[in-house]
Amino acid sequence: MTGVSDVLARTRKEGRAALIGYLPTGFPSVEQSIEAMVAMAQSGADIVEVGLPYTDPLMDGPVIQSAATKALENGVRVADVFDAAAAIVQAGSAAVVMTYWNPVLRYGVDKFAGALRTSGASGLITPDLVPDEAGEWITASDDHDLDRIFLVAPSSTPQRLASTTAAARGFVYAASLMGVTGARDSVGGQAQVLVERTREVTDLPVCVGLGVSTPAQAHQVAEFADGVIVGSALVRCLLEADTFAAGLDDLRSLTSRLADGVRRT
Amino acid sequence: MTAAVPAQGLGRFGEFGGRYVPEALVAALEELDEFRTKAMVDPAFIGELAQLHRTYTGRPSILTAVPRFAEHCGGAQVVLKREDLNHTGSHKINNVLGQALLTRRMGKTRVIAETGAGQHGVATATAAALLGLECVVYMGKVDTQRQALNVARMRLLGAKVVPVEHGSQTLKDAVNEAFRDWVANVDRTHYVLGTVTGPYPFPEMVRDFHRIIGVEARAQMLDEYGRLPDAICACVGGGSNAMGIFHRFIDDAGVRLVGLEGGGEGVESGRHASRFSGQAEPGVLHGAYTYVLQDDDGQTIESHSVSAGLDYPSVGPEHAFLRDSGRAEYYPVTDVEAMEAFRLLSQTEGIIPAIESAHALAGAMKIGQELGPSGVVLVNLSGRGDKDVHTAASWFGLLEDEATTPPDDAPRPADDEAASGGGESQT
Repeated sequence: MTGVSDVLARTRKEGRAALIGYLPTGFPSVEQSIEAMVAMAQSGADIVEVGLPYTDPLMDGPVIQSAATKALENGVRVADVFDAAAAIVQAGSAAVVMTYWNPVLRYGVDKFAGALRTSGASGLITPDLVPDEAGEWITASDDHDLDRIFLVAPSSTPQRLASTTAAARGFVYAASLMGVTGARDSVGGQAQVLVERTREVTDLPVCVGLGVSTPAQAHQVAEFADGVIVGSALVRCLLEADTFAAGLDDLRSLTSRLADGVRRT
Repeated sequence: MTAAVPAQGLGRFGEFGGRYVPEALVAALEELDEFRTKAMVDPAFIGELAQLHRTYTGRPSILTAVPRFAEHCGGAQVVLKREDLNHTGSHKINNVLGQALLTRRMGKTRVIAETGAGQHGVATATAAALLGLECVVYMGKVDTQRQALNVARMRLLGAKVVPVEHGSQTLKDAVNEAFRDWVANVDRTHYVLGTVTGPYPFPEMVRDFHRIIGVEARAQMLDEYGRLPDAICACVGGGSNAMGIFHRFIDDAGVRLVGLEGGGEGVESGRHASRFSGQAEPGVLHGAYTYVLQDDDGQTIESHSVSAGLDYPSVGPEHAFLRDSGRAEYYPVTDVEAMEAFRLLSQTEGIIPAIESAHALAGAMKIGQELGPSGVVLVNLSGRGDKDVHTAASWFGLLEDEATTPPDDAPRPADDEAASGGGESQT
């Protein structure tokens, strides 16, 4: 079983950044979303970020909101993310689950952590849970040996960068800009500055997300980050295609071009 | 299930509250906390706000005894705290003026707000016009359609109104969209949150700006009636008017604090906004740990109420604390009961209340029966009902070109249509 730490150690040894691809579970259906996640892993995503759709995703832009809304309409359940993670791990990749906090709270934090561990997922990315409020999750992730991936942002003070990274495990998610998920024309200097500031206070790998959509942007970010996180651009492949099969082709194609992007020197 | 939530963290009321937000917003929340903490002890800030209350809002708001209405309340004496007489027609202006002054102190030039059907948006647009701030109001697309007049009011005041087309296209989605805007523009933008929920310091700050309601009412009761009331009734959506009038009375053990929620078509129908007696369980929504209408997967369930101001799936965390500690009591009031109280106050006293506030009046009708003739009930009349005339006229079948709906023919036929003209965010 491969964890995100193993993957990030390996890609660092290979002298490149890791490609981390996000898809929401249950879009267009649970089975098809798992098929798409596995296809993404086979096309070059080193780590798959398994999204848990939520009714009130306040860190997400229109593309991921639309997919999440449809997934919920199609009846996705919390436990489906464990099946998705297990399928990805079985296919030889590493998986992390990304979720807003209330579904975990309602499921039961320790119970969720136990099921996550059983699925083979490495841990959780928590966009609306800062370490200050995460006491229960810190205990549960210690008990079940899971990674805690917290976010840092351009607005984070030096004190918060230090305290947040001290509570993190696996990697640190650096939000490239002040905003929500979704493609941007440029992912610029703000991200590089944040990565440099983060490296001053931690030895954990630092992966950059928000706004990255093209192989050229992936390449640019790979120059200074340990991992490049792509979400909306991949989701859009499935959202905009006429058929699921066509969407899957687009997804494979974009993933492999992004994988080239993080390798180019 | 949630036992390990820390009992004594930042901004907690017992176990409720907290600050569940993206890291990107933490710096702005800490800046806000710093500025408002300083402002609340700064004579210059306190003086400026007091001046606005006196010369712009029209404070102090008066008390009005309503003996003809009280005949329907078991003979108990009923007194109204007249927040409906404030400029812009509700209590909302108290909070908005305070936050707009803070915005200026923080050197920010732009304010954003969410609104369910208009009142908080109108109040924010008003304060922005007064202080020369750019203003953007997020409003669910469904609400912009059924509240076209309020959209026009905000635009007349110079605000930009953005219809939100995601999710359920109502208040909770407008809150989500306001947070998204805030993350992207936080360096020059303040989010004027309209009620006593959200991440710390909002629940405490908004309460403190509305606390003047209870401070005035307590002194007025002692001056004019020589006694404190036996019970205070206030409607509770997010809960700002209720926290505003309750807070000064919390230490008065003999005063019952009674919050009235939107009971919609009845709690048993599943179509309601009763967080304290329905399917609600504690959870996190919009940055606070509090009671939330949610399903078994922690997904938010849409609420229903004739009053859009009470139509919200969550409630301020301090109310959750007051409820669980037993200091305050909360009951659902159905749409039918609220509209009967609306009719009664209009026809016995010549005061047309907001439909939100009519829920508090319906509560007084019940509490008055319990207290009997020796009892005194203070009702927070949080807003005036001009905005609700169309809704009420449809409800009572007073419009010649519309199909009539007898008042006792509950529940209302079509929630979407019948809520039109009503539901300003009155809590």
